[in-house]
Amino acid sequence: MENLYLWIVLAPLIGAIVAGLLGKQVGRTGSHLVTIGGVAFSTIASMVVLNHLLSGGEAYNGSVYTWAMIGDLKLEVGFLVDNLTAMMMVVVTFVSLMVHIYTIGYMSDDPGYQRFFSYISLFTFAMLVLVMSNNFLQLFFGWEAVGLVSYLLIGFWFKKDTAIYANMKAFLVNRVGDFGFLLGIAGVLYFFGSLDYATVFGKVETFAAGNPTFDVIAGSEWSAMTAICICLFIGAMGKSAQVPLHVWLPDSMEGPTPISALIHAATMVTAGVFMVARMSPLFEYSETALAFILVIGATTALFMGFLGLVQNDIKRVIAYSTLSQLGYMVVALGSSAYAAGVYHLMTHAFFKALLFLAAGSVIIGMHHEQDMRKMGGLYKYMPITWITSLVGSLALIGTPFFSGYYSKDVVILAAQHADLGMASSYAYFAVFSGVFITALYSFRLFFMVFHSNERFDDHTREHLHESPWVVTLPLILLAIPSVVIAWFTTGDMLFGNFFEGVITVLPQHDVLKEISHEWHGPVSFALHAISSPPFYLALGGVVTAWFLYIKRPDIPVMLEQKFKGLHTLLVNKYYFDHINQVIFADGTVKVGKQLWKQGDEKLIDGLMVNGTAHSVGVLANILRNLQTGQLSHYAFSMIIGLVGFLGWLLYSY
Amino acid sequence: MIALSDYLIVSAVLFTIGIAGIIINRKNIITLLMSIELMLLAVNTNFVAFSRFLDDPVGQVFVFFILTVAAAEAAIGLAILLLVFRNRRTIDVEELDSLQG
Repeated sequence: MENLYLWIVLAPLIGAIVAGLLGKQVGRTGSHLVTIGGVAFSTIASMVVLNHLLSGGEAYNGSVYTWAMIGDLKLEVGFLVDNLTAMMMVVVTFVSLMVHIYTIGYMSDDPGYQRFFSYISLFTFAMLVLVMSNNFLQLFFGWEAVGLVSYLLIGFWFKKDTAIYANMKAFLVNRVGDFGFLLGIAGVLYFFGSLDYATVFGKVETFAAGNPTFDVIAGSEWSAMTAICICLFIGAMGKSAQVPLHVWLPDSMEGPTPISALIHAATMVTAGVFMVARMSPLFEYSETALAFILVIGATTALFMGFLGLVQNDIKRVIAYSTLSQLGYMVVALGSSAYAAGVYHLMTHAFFKALLFLAAGSVIIGMHHEQDMRKMGGLYKYMPITWITSLVGSLALIGTPFFSGYYSKDVVILAAQHADLGMASSYAYFAVFSGVFITALYSFRLFFMVFHSNERFDDHTREHLHESPWVVTLPLILLAIPSVVIAWFTTGDMLFGNFFEGVITVLPQHDVLKEISHEWHGPVSFALHAISSPPFYLALGGVVTAWFLYIKRPDIPVMLEQKFKGLHTLLVNKYYFDHINQVIFADGTVKVGKQLWKQGDEKLIDGLMVNGTAHSVGVLANILRNLQTGQLSHYAFSMIIGLVGFLGWLLYSY
Repeated sequence: MIALSDYLIVSAVLFTIGIAGIIINRKNIITLLMSIELMLLAVNTNFVAFSRFLDDPVGQVFVFFILTVAAAEAAIGLAILLLVFRNRRTIDVEELDSLQG
């Protein structure tokens, strides 16, 4: 098996290298064949690995290569393949494979075809390194590598100014998060003396029992566990786009749609959720960190949902929906229901990738028009896209029997059962009311695009037709798990022992155990929805969307007029971008300018360099008076000196 | 018998006259050169006197060297003096201050 793990990681890398460096030689067909081949191999091998583990195989934890030794510290490349990793591997490679196939259709007339395949294969490699790592350093490598590929792909159309701005923004915002993450890793190394998961997790119980503290600033004691966990979570906030580091994700929609599906919805942005679940043995020992996670997640879940209501760009609506769903996952993590977070991650990966790819299909059909106000009534022209979008939307809003229902309902229940004081009440309120918002914006999008009046011109109508099979096949293949996956997995993953030994939950935090009393198989759990409020909230959201955007399209316009202030606030995304621009971007420029003018020009150039020269000049001007050119003066001073020295010599002995 | 101190006093007087000649004289470079010679002679007198009283001939050998060097120096000094006069049409010390900063 050990060799297989290595090849799972390397196959996409080989594909990326061939397509990237030899793109011209292998041609367009060659490059998509080689990358799809690599990823397909990884997908099948990942499924084999998952199957092996499910049928009672041992989890693997070992190092394959020692990269460096510094004293007692070993920096290794290694794999930890347990149930969590295997599940992530299957999700990542499967969605990646779908996106690879889809890309053949989506990018067919793009000059950067080979480059694109090279990047997404490289991404698959980086993401696999991240999830399969058995130590913090390799995790960080994968973490940065996916960030890099994300940067490259957001700016894929590098001649577009907005794309360049967006990729720069994504990179910079992620840097803030990564800095926190690095501090967290440094904290782990400092307190545990190792970067190996198994070693660190083995020590954590005795370590936390001593309730260690350290001085951050002299005089203020901080709990070491809380500091480490919050720093690590700041990394997750950057990658998983949590408030206030979420600003890059909506802008990342400047990249090609397959990327939005793969990286900015299904896999990379969930890396933070995966990481926190992986570090659950650490996070369990800091209730402060959990409460922090809960508040951040809840804020993201609710307030980013609102923003989805006012966007008109089809991709941006889905982007805000992604933000909101990431918030749900994070709420689950904060409630110690790590399994629920990861589970929502998995179902979300399928239906959100599906929604994005469907949006991409619509965009192809509409000749790269992304404004929903210029769509409408597309169900006649694109039946497959229509039905798969409906499936995706229903899964997203948590319709009973769809996969999204199981994961989301458990997240809400987890927030309800969590016991972290105010934080959990707030989180419960946020995820609970978020259900209505989710349903509202999802079906607003659905109705505006596929139903309602046709708002495009005749020219577009002539060319409007269903996308080719390479586009629709991934849609269908993703729609299937979006519906059925939860039927087979919920019992095991959430209430069974799938994550036993992988995710650690302290008995006093174990909310999933409490919820498991309500679990009597998937069908009864779904029927149970009829008597639970979230279902009616979702239904209400759909009905409201139908009423507002099909029945009476004049009402949204009127509401917009009436609540102008609120609308402006939402359209401006709570002024986050504005604040960042004014305080951080302009502030940095100002500080830089001051440092340049005051520090560089005045202090260094003025005082140090020119000041030295100047003071030498001034001194020389004074000394110059001594040099009269009169021989007699020189001779006289020599004599005086001589007499002085002789006198000193005489008297000192 | 003339005591050592008498010699030393003579040479000190000579030396002081030399110094005074350099410092006080502001007009003539030739006087300067002569003052330097005078100072060297004062030193020579010291050497010879010590050589005699300490019964060590090395001091007198030294004097020969100094005299030779002094002669050479005087020759070079006068040559420079000639060139200075040719170029500047003056040997006034106070006017020769182009080395001033």
